[in-house]
Amino acid sequence: MNHLRQLEDQSVYIFREAYKNFDNLAMLWSMGKDSTVLLWLARKAFFGHVPFPLLHVDTSYKIPAMIEYRDRLAREWRLNLVIGQNKQALAEGMNSSLGRVTCCTALKTNALKMLVEEKGYTGIILGVRADEEGTRAKERYFSPRDKNNEWDFREQPPELWDQFKTTFPAGTHIRIHPLLDWTEINIWEYIRQENIPFMDLYLDRGDGTRYRSLGCAPCTFPIKSTAKSVDDIIEELRHTTVAERAGRAQDEGRGMELLRKDGYM
Amino acid sequence: MSTTQAKPTETLNIVIVGHVDHGKSTLLGRLYADTGSLQDGKLEKVQAICRQQGKEFEYAFLFDAFLEEQEQGITIDTARTFFKWNQRQYIIIDAPGHKEFLKNMVSGAARAEAALLLIDALEGVKEQSKKHGYLLSLLGVKQVAVIVNKMDLVGYRQDVFEAIEKEYREFLTQLKVTPERVIPVSAKLGDNIAGPSGMMPWYHGPTVLDQLELFRKETARSEQPLRFPVQDVYKFDARRILAGRITAGRLRVGDRLIFSPSNKAANIKSIEAFNVEPSPTEAVAGQSIGVTLDEQIFVERGEIASRQESLPLVSTAFRVNLFWLGRRPLEQDRKYVLRLATHEVDCQVAIVHRIVDATDLAQQGGGSVVGRNQVAELTIRTKSPIAFDPSSAFEATGRFVIVDDYDIAGGGIITELVHDEQEFLRDEARRRDFAWVKGEVGAEARAQYYGHRAAVVLFTGAPHTGKSFLARKLEALLVAEGRHTYLLEGENLRRGLDADLAASERAATTEMVRRYGEVARLLIDTGLIVVTTTKTFANAYRVAAQAIRTLVHPAPVIAVHMSKVNEEPPPDTDLQLVGAQDFDEAARRIIEELKKKGVLAQAIGAKPTFQYSI
Repeated sequence: MNHLRQLEDQSVYIFREAYKNFDNLAMLWSMGKDSTVLLWLARKAFFGHVPFPLLHVDTSYKIPAMIEYRDRLAREWRLNLVIGQNKQALAEGMNSSLGRVTCCTALKTNALKMLVEEKGYTGIILGVRADEEGTRAKERYFSPRDKNNEWDFREQPPELWDQFKTTFPAGTHIRIHPLLDWTEINIWEYIRQENIPFMDLYLDRGDGTRYRSLGCAPCTFPIKSTAKSVDDIIEELRHTTVAERAGRAQDEGRGMELLRKDGYM
Repeated sequence: MSTTQAKPTETLNIVIVGHVDHGKSTLLGRLYADTGSLQDGKLEKVQAICRQQGKEFEYAFLFDAFLEEQEQGITIDTARTFFKWNQRQYIIIDAPGHKEFLKNMVSGAARAEAALLLIDALEGVKEQSKKHGYLLSLLGVKQVAVIVNKMDLVGYRQDVFEAIEKEYREFLTQLKVTPERVIPVSAKLGDNIAGPSGMMPWYHGPTVLDQLELFRKETARSEQPLRFPVQDVYKFDARRILAGRITAGRLRVGDRLIFSPSNKAANIKSIEAFNVEPSPTEAVAGQSIGVTLDEQIFVERGEIASRQESLPLVSTAFRVNLFWLGRRPLEQDRKYVLRLATHEVDCQVAIVHRIVDATDLAQQGGGSVVGRNQVAELTIRTKSPIAFDPSSAFEATGRFVIVDDYDIAGGGIITELVHDEQEFLRDEARRRDFAWVKGEVGAEARAQYYGHRAAVVLFTGAPHTGKSFLARKLEALLVAEGRHTYLLEGENLRRGLDADLAASERAATTEMVRRYGEVARLLIDTGLIVVTTTKTFANAYRVAAQAIRTLVHPAPVIAVHMSKVNEEPPPDTDLQLVGAQDFDEAARRIIEELKKKGVLAQAIGAKPTFQYSI
């Protein structure tokens, strides 16, 4: 069995546990490579169906091509798309120049919090991977969030032999992470194997740069690269020692630990 | 897009364990640094943070991501790190060594295929060195290499190393664990990590990096007999798919599957998969799959599919080795939920045989309480029968976790089956169900036609509590509603079916209830709602109720207990009626209960609340 099949089997198992145990389940989809692989794995787990809504937390600062891609796949794959936005913060002029952590908290963390509260979701599936950054390396597959959406990393539940935390007090919810064991290179290998449609922002389209990680336009920067195909990307990743999220501004200093403790993805 | 296949690589999960401060995170950091596996700027970033906080840089800080971990210099939670070397991808789990975080260590080690166990050369074998060794053996981690770290602090002396090796090997031998190797290293200075050490010419074995390559990938599970626990049943489209992950063995299209504990059987019609052309015809251990069956039998989550020649065990009692991580101690009289593969069932501790101190393996006395971080040998009793294996034969179906309230609070492995009083009848039911000859009309078709499923309504209670009166009322009410219902009256069997029995046998429960249960089982197969009472068995109603349940399993049983004064009802009672009753109201409540269990309403859908088959 190859290693992609092993990763797929584990992710599919997690998806099915989530679907069985959570009545009000939803999945975050940012249209990036990871959450699109996540979406594909959901279709694997449920034999072509996606039996829960997909949430997109729209900061309004996303790259326009991402929205087109979102709407196209939602149509073709018959997805139930739910869009959340912190309209109040946007009306009050929230943007990244007010501070990156402040902006992320308002437009992503708080927007997600509002959406979870409004819809009463008890399980949220996310595409975070352990190899992205340090705090995500310490996550569980099933990770509880308290009433204030906060993550208590000191008291994480034990996870034994594919037995996960699937019961929880009212008012709290569980974050579910089926991609935890995947690396960036695995994601691209899987996109290649399964022929999953992805945005060409990840490729060099002639100017010698590409996006390695996608976020909001003001806070995401392309890297120098001549990778024009998935093969090129995989070859590039085999040799790089640059961090994947080097182009993501909120990772500077202790940004991610602070953000994630408060409920960031 | 290119279609070149990914290079065939494999992933191996490794855990690093050991006593706090013996250098686990340092070893990991050093391994990454010395093999050029760190991301650009990572070392510099952490070094800068150290300068800022005015403390000496340590390799451990590379993976202790939380501020609190770096400030205290300890690992709080396991970190998954990824490491690629010679075509193999490693997920290395750095487990915390501090006693307080044992549950995090267990979480890390439970998914490992091999372990590096660190011991500080200066401090020697400590409490957690032993506890971790013991837990590794309980968790089923069979490949272990012992790393004696901080050799620089003992002048790289061979005698110090050998003394530790001897002491620890002796300890591991008691656990029947044989370490693959014992390696002397200095993680801080890089001796024997990625390259051999010039400081220890007396050591000729592999380095830590070599050892990683020497660990083997477990592949034998697919050669075992089949175990396929049902995870869920889907009906998103025309297909009715049984989803699950094969934990042992393999299956093929056309194979006959037996489901335990329900004893249902059917053949595999297809193996379903999304975006796989052509459809697979075979699947092996480790794979998450979906199958359709050639017959519409209803099986539910928790059942284990196998072949008839190698069935799992079924019982309500088994002996286990358990470790407890819960904040509250494990108590004998409390109810817990046990999860084994995908089966979830209420359970209780029946007997505490002994509590073991993991650090010296000394036996402590009985008692009825297992405290946090203690290990114990217990007999566990489940509320309903469950399929399982001894863990020595099958890993995944031989281990379980215990849930206390909302949390997984303990885990364990099953060492042996304990015979319970229902074993004889259960075996009979099993043999009878395997050989059951079916007509053209299945249970599903009957349910469609009748507009309800077959079920047993079972009234229990001492004589003269109104059981028969209410049973008659219920039968009449259900029939008036158009439900196909029949009151099975024990007295009618006594003079007919049981007429051949000796008077002494007719006066005892054993054979009488066996016959009664088998008749109920037949009536269930006709699609009826069978209304039964334990009247014939008088005060032996508890024993009788249990026997009837075993024989009609897995048909739904709605149990109603009646008594004059408040008393403890038999296990699994759905409705308890105490004192004088408004019988019309009571009958209506039972009908509500039938609806709640999906007997009266059609319960087929994307998420059925109740499923059973005959």
